[in-house]
Amino acid sequence: MFKRIWGWIQRFSSPKHFYSISGKMIPWFAISAIFLGVYGLYMGLFVAPTDYQQGESYRIIFIHVPAAWMSMFIYVVMAVSAGIGLIWQIKLADMIAAASAPIGAWFTFIALVTGSLWGKPMWGAYWVWDARLTSELILLFLYFGYMALQSSIEDQRTADKASGLLAIVGVVNIPIIHYSVQWWNTLHQGATVSKLDKPSMHVDMLIPLLVMAIAAKLFYAAIVLVRARNQVLYRERNRQWVRELVEKL
Amino acid sequence: MAMNKRSKRKLLVVMVLLGISLATVLALTAFEENLMYFYSPTEVNDGTAPTGRAIRVGGLVVEGTVERDSDSLLVKFDLTDGAENISIEYSGILPDLFREGQGIVAMGKLNDKKVFVADEVLAKHDENYMPPEVADALEAAEKK
Repeated sequence: MFKRIWGWIQRFSSPKHFYSISGKMIPWFAISAIFLGVYGLYMGLFVAPTDYQQGESYRIIFIHVPAAWMSMFIYVVMAVSAGIGLIWQIKLADMIAAASAPIGAWFTFIALVTGSLWGKPMWGAYWVWDARLTSELILLFLYFGYMALQSSIEDQRTADKASGLLAIVGVVNIPIIHYSVQWWNTLHQGATVSKLDKPSMHVDMLIPLLVMAIAAKLFYAAIVLVRARNQVLYRERNRQWVRELVEKL
Repeated sequence: MAMNKRSKRKLLVVMVLLGISLATVLALTAFEENLMYFYSPTEVNDGTAPTGRAIRVGGLVVEGTVERDSDSLLVKFDLTDGAENISIEYSGILPDLFREGQGIVAMGKLNDKKVFVADEVLAKHDENYMPPEVADALEAAEKK
């Protein structure tokens, strides 16, 4: 039974099989991401009510919060894939991890920049060194470290091992980011949605926010597949099936 | 017991994660105080907060204590954490969200009259988002 599952995993995770399946999935993810993204942005920016305290400027939340969630979500995906690549030596897992890093770094960057632009009018400062902001900045540096290790080590297997270990080590930062607002006094406010309690947000604001969060996930799914396919072609460039594929073009 | 390569790698990853988590917990506990962005009025009054150097204090602006100087930017108000209060003096531009009852974080020093002289005041907003009508309705319900 175990052997059969193992065989199935190996067959499914073969780069060639992945390449053909992912090609069919990308358009679906991309189209639904665009559809939900446009709908969510319209609902968030034009339909959702004004906030009682922050007025219109709270609307940056519809970009800031999904980006911040994605920055952590993608990191976990990256670390888990790197772990799978490290332990079971499934090449595809390493490729997914490598493909995820720049996307995660961009979401982290967007979360930091939108947060900063939000901080100035609300708090009175673009940046403060509180635990939430600092740990999110460390997340950006972890992504950079992963990418630097990937591109500076010539041998691909060594690069995957080194960067994968960094990704796994850095995963301790994820609970720190999430709980920072609870464990320490921070200028950043506590959790609105991602807590066990009922969300502290009016439903007309909450729905566009969740729509944007789903759109961001679908966007990531589409982009990570595109990038992972590039990884497959590049890393398998000397294989027969890739050569045949290229010749057909 | 002989271990195959895969279980060895699994063990290595688990050990690395455990080791790093433990080190992080120890480091964060050791630096607990430095990770706090601000002190509360209680900590200022009972002496937990350091004196002599600039610190941040955070709390709610006490209703009815905000006094603005008529011909300068000087503002005086009290800050509370529910248990203790401190008086704050600040001369400068306040963030838009600053108002009575609002959470703020002030950076500055205690003077000899036990007044906290701030050179920066930041507003802290809470995690609640709702339209003004709902906020008004909630307030009205609370008053009943």
